[in-house]
Amino acid sequence: MFIPCDRGGDSAAPDFKGFTLLMPAVSVGNVGQLAIDLVISTLDMTKVGYFYTDCLVPMVGNNPYATAEENSTELSINAEVYSLPSKKLVVLQIRSPFIKNKYRPFCETLLSWVKSSKCARVVLLSSSHAYQRDDEQLLGTPLRYLLTPDLEKAVGGRVKELKWKEMEKVAAYPGISDTDKVLHIPGGGITKLLFTESCSEGIQMAVLLKFCSEGDNIPDAFVLVNYLNEWLQLIKSEVNPSSQWKIPSSWRLLFGNGLPPALF
Amino acid sequence: MATFFGEVVVAPSRAGLDEEEEAREETPEDREIRREIEKKREIDVLWTWQAGGCAQEPLVCSRFIVAIGRNAAAFLSSFILDSVCWEVVGVVKLWNEWCRTSSTTNVLPTDSFCLFYRLISDPTVLLCQCSCYVAEDQQFQWLEKVFGSMQKKGLQVTILSTCPVADYKTQESTLTLVSPFLKALKTKEFQEPVCCPLLEQPNIVRDLPAA
Repeated sequence: MFIPCDRGGDSAAPDFKGFTLLMPAVSVGNVGQLAIDLVISTLDMTKVGYFYTDCLVPMVGNNPYATAEENSTELSINAEVYSLPSKKLVVLQIRSPFIKNKYRPFCETLLSWVKSSKCARVVLLSSSHAYQRDDEQLLGTPLRYLLTPDLEKAVGGRVKELKWKEMEKVAAYPGISDTDKVLHIPGGGITKLLFTESCSEGIQMAVLLKFCSEGDNIPDAFVLVNYLNEWLQLIKSEVNPSSQWKIPSSWRLLFGNGLPPALF
Repeated sequence: MATFFGEVVVAPSRAGLDEEEEAREETPEDREIRREIEKKREIDVLWTWQAGGCAQEPLVCSRFIVAIGRNAAAFLSSFILDSVCWEVVGVVKLWNEWCRTSSTTNVLPTDSFCLFYRLISDPTVLLCQCSCYVAEDQQFQWLEKVFGSMQKKGLQVTILSTCPVADYKTQESTLTLVSPFLKALKTKEFQEPVCCPLLEQPNIVRDLPAA
């Protein structure tokens, strides 16, 4: 699945042992993916490879993080891996939706790659439909977290210090009291599947998600990436953290082209 | 999200998936139906030499030109292909909701087809005219089956395709843009000069050309 980039002289495959894998779920508002774009762009991460997979809709374009003429012509495809060894961080960016019936195969292949590359833990950035919140969830923070039992042991204390709110479980059969509570993440794409699989396979995984709706999701991405930063401290957050994130050049023209002058 | 006062329309989510549908465990009937559909959607790549029953040697190919979509296919028909210099060597047989191709190589320009031609004077030059739509779940299969038959060392691939001008993202309005115009994407291994400007961010290419 993972194909390392040909880096010329250094032909050894990159080593992710002990690294944190940060990745998005393709979810409502694409908030996870936008947040990942901010991380890759700000930390100027190096592409180390890609996923050769039949589970995602194909797409290709020129380097979305281009800053100058020189680096703007590298091709970029739908699932690419970036790394920053100084922070023991490896990031997967997913740029297109899943093909029908391919969720499970992708999740299985991904988790088996996580295990074989010996990543220490996985952090999944995601989102969920804001309109599905219940009365209590409408109040307070729109941010939630989830930890697999293995990660709970390791970082549960830190998360408590941060006063984060855990994603609530909902009744399996709403309206009927006394039923089992289940995890429900509407609009979250593969989030629930990856999380439940990680729980059963003993993988340390954290899910960070934001309630949101479709629209201009750039502010949601900033909120989510700042939430992530409270924990992982990827950038200094003493001053206004939002101003420290670098918006990639590919975020231009998100809402259409310029207008024809003849309109006025 | 309201379109007019009082009407609430559920916006389709870019997450794409109906989570419940995916989460539900497959019954044996579901599995059977899914397998049958998958079989129906399988792609067959038929090369002319296969008819003779001989073993599949990988095709030695130095240049492979692929024209995807009706416009690109028509371009090849009008300017490149002729029955003197080119011979048909293969066909792709597929079915999806949008089109069906057959294994016949005798096609009309208005048909949906996917044919392979070889330059008679240099049999390592291969050309593909793909005017049919290859669905997203078939694109990877197309790729593997077509390129799987080729010996890829030293292979140069050129992909020709078209996109609507309205899809082109630019600071100015597309109304004032002089069209048609050419843009290119290339891998870093492609060292030859490109005949047109490279595709600027944030434009992307999708579907079979991207695959």
